[in-house]
Amino acid sequence: MFVDLQGPWNWFWGRLPLLLQLHYNNPVIGFAFVLAVGGGLVVVAALTYFKLWGWLWREWLTTVDHKKIGVMYIIVGLVMLFRGFFDALMIRTQQAAAVGPDSPGILGATHGYLTPYHMDQVFTAHGTIMILLAVTPMLVGFMNLIMPIQIGARDMAYPFLNAVGLWMTIVAVGLVMASLFIGDFSHAGWVGLTPLTQLAHSPSVGVDYWIWVIQISSIGTTVGAVNLIATILKMRAPGMTLMRMPIFTWTTLGTNIIGLTSFPVLTIALLLLTLDRYVGTHFFTADGGGNFMMYTNLFWIWGHPEVYFVVLPAFGFLSEIVPTFSEKPLFNHNAMIVATMAIAGVSWAVWLHHFFIMGQGPVVNTFFSIATMLVGIPTGVKVFNWAFTMIKGRVRLETPMLWALGSILLLIGGGATGMMLAIPAINYVSHNSVFVVAHFHNMFLIIAFALFGAVSFWWPKVFGFHLDEKLGKIFFWLFWSGSVFVFVPMYALGFLGMTRRLDYIAHPGWWPLLLLEVFGIGLYVASIFAFLLQIVVSIRDRKKNAVVTSDAWQTSRNLEWATHCPPPFYNFAATPVVHSIDEWAWRREHGLTSLKPDHYADIHMPKNTMVPIVLAFFTGVFGFAAVWRVWWLAGFALLGVIGTLIFRMFQKDIDYIVPASEVERIETAYLEKMDDRAHASIHQTGEHGSPATQH
Amino acid sequence: MSRHDNNRYRDRSPVTLWAPDAGHPDAIGLRSIGFWLYMMSDAMIFAALFAAHGVYTHAYGTSDITASQVIDPVEGLLPTLFLFTSVLMYGLASVALKNDDRAGVVRWMGASLGLGVLFLLVEVWEFAGLVGEGAVPQASAFLSDFWTIVWVHGGHVFVGLIWMAAMLIQISREGFTETVVGRFINLRIFWFFQAVIWVCVYTYVYLMGAS
Repeated sequence: MFVDLQGPWNWFWGRLPLLLQLHYNNPVIGFAFVLAVGGGLVVVAALTYFKLWGWLWREWLTTVDHKKIGVMYIIVGLVMLFRGFFDALMIRTQQAAAVGPDSPGILGATHGYLTPYHMDQVFTAHGTIMILLAVTPMLVGFMNLIMPIQIGARDMAYPFLNAVGLWMTIVAVGLVMASLFIGDFSHAGWVGLTPLTQLAHSPSVGVDYWIWVIQISSIGTTVGAVNLIATILKMRAPGMTLMRMPIFTWTTLGTNIIGLTSFPVLTIALLLLTLDRYVGTHFFTADGGGNFMMYTNLFWIWGHPEVYFVVLPAFGFLSEIVPTFSEKPLFNHNAMIVATMAIAGVSWAVWLHHFFIMGQGPVVNTFFSIATMLVGIPTGVKVFNWAFTMIKGRVRLETPMLWALGSILLLIGGGATGMMLAIPAINYVSHNSVFVVAHFHNMFLIIAFALFGAVSFWWPKVFGFHLDEKLGKIFFWLFWSGSVFVFVPMYALGFLGMTRRLDYIAHPGWWPLLLLEVFGIGLYVASIFAFLLQIVVSIRDRKKNAVVTSDAWQTSRNLEWATHCPPPFYNFAATPVVHSIDEWAWRREHGLTSLKPDHYADIHMPKNTMVPIVLAFFTGVFGFAAVWRVWWLAGFALLGVIGTLIFRMFQKDIDYIVPASEVERIETAYLEKMDDRAHASIHQTGEHGSPATQH
Repeated sequence: MSRHDNNRYRDRSPVTLWAPDAGHPDAIGLRSIGFWLYMMSDAMIFAALFAAHGVYTHAYGTSDITASQVIDPVEGLLPTLFLFTSVLMYGLASVALKNDDRAGVVRWMGASLGLGVLFLLVEVWEFAGLVGEGAVPQASAFLSDFWTIVWVHGGHVFVGLIWMAAMLIQISREGFTETVVGRFINLRIFWFFQAVIWVCVYTYVYLMGAS
């Protein structure tokens, strides 16, 4: 139409005939295909064999329950974490295999086993997936799962919108997985380096996949942000003033303000790039007055706030875990709130430190350098607050606490190297070196550690039994050692001058350090097996590890522990009234831990709906059609989206009332079950933590 | 504050732990706050576009078409008047809603919809003229930016018109239920916001661009 496409195009099939030209003879992709399709077939077969399709549809796929949506977000995130890790494994092994001119090559590669074009796709997919489709869904999952219970709400402000957000994320995941086998993925880095992303330099559909994956997942993040902020502002229980809110809820608020305001900028950066690629405009081209640093600026105006978008919830996890396992209130709750919002605020004024070498002059660089260093102040406040929480506390080194401590230690390392990179002069040497790569992986590992801490911390709340402690600790130590062995050598290689995104290492002197990194990634592989084994063993021993009271760790502090494990679909039989910061700890200290209100009342709940899945179906078709430029199909899919939304507008039967008698029946049954378990456990020694302590 | 709270145990009066009868927040207020938040993200969409406009104002590349040749503030005045009158009509529909006058709401909203359609038609006509002059978005970065900024706004207006048409049907079928009124108010926020954005487009792109 407007642009010259390399390769075939016709109005009916779009660019799909390109597939006839691609060669599917690469065993690496073949292996991935077998793994993905095989895994999918096993799941489908299991669901069919155990006749679980109806259950899956009613209980999970059409649900609007924030807890189930949260769990699905986390499962999707974990699966993509695995996919992203596989990419990491390939990057590490390829670099270690392709050192020096004499290193052998197989599978068509001159050195190692990945051709440069393939390797470029691998690291692009690794970055895009890890940040947008693994870490973000897991964090959003926890915000969904925990935050509404922490503020004493029954559900999110907009349960339907919540399901839409989840399904948009799933569509993005589907597209990125499709790109693995149908066509290819972007090779221009996760940041989409211009003008490399222009049609002239990336004629294939890879960049288009990358664009639509991000655009669709951004829709999910934006509606999620609207929902989470509105929930915090409007759905709090009586007595839950803003300053009494748990820190995790505050970080959720800060994160989503960032998300709500920064994701639109990414949408625009990618929209303009899309126009360049599809219509032939000149926003980021080298000719026609285009300006590709404009893209880089727009991208990082989103990209740096995004960094704090992902790190703030991790700080929230730490602020929940550390006091619980220090058996003390969090040191200076109010300073923690101010620090959270300060980080969220300053996140907007630092984007340019990603390209100090653009040539903007010393005044601009100085501004952004100082703004970047300012981030260290509220972050330092947080680290000291966690440390002061532990001082004179009764620190219990259970798995969640180990993850939290690991996370804080990593924060000190990542923070120190961040301070170095905040100095423009250092960037003239270290820009695009693996020192930068080691730094931001260090920062992302803070999030990964906090996430695994959160998984083990809230697992008993969500599923009603503890994860196996012993395997949890093995998992932690393997993951910790893996992190050390991969990223300490990477810092060193950065100092030695190794640049990032290399598919061939010209300098044989770096080989020993690269081999150390491979050893580290081997430890990561082992840690994945420990994690899977931990989950299998914990599910096997779920009776033995069952939670006896609502407060699984006996020393927890916030309202999510003031309801059953797992929480009923309405969260609280009666809305809790809040009297203090750390309401649950306050109740425990005053012996007010009964979960029985004096009477029950009717509860108003939203009904399940299949509209989000239908929307996801049409959006997925639209994304696929847009990637392959099948315009008639994209048009029909868009009509489908509009039609479904109008259908939803006219839907009336969207909620129902749970009668008080039904609530009473569920609650009584649950309390009796807990009594039975408590009696049974008197004969066992307490396996999980000391009994409730007073302080 | 925390010190106060932690000393609450000195207070020996009985405490209320559970409020089984605590109500929901009011539905319309809950919907509006979410929509305001969405408008904030929409504002950022346009903020990013205006930032880009600052960079591309004179980015002509090798093209000899300059801003003053394609941008005519007088020509841009006609759609401006249509859009603002449309907003006025929507305001009158809100007044009719307060008077519980269903026919009035349908009448004024119909007028608002009609003027919105006229706005888009004038835009299409104006840009069709540009194509005739060769001022297509592919010609230079400035023209890419000009087309994009106007048509991202135009796209929003188009969505608003579809929404308005669906609302007209819904109001005449269902009357003023809580959901319908909440939706009516959200559409009002959306429609007024698009007019506010047009003020910025007209000022920065048309008035300042032509000088």
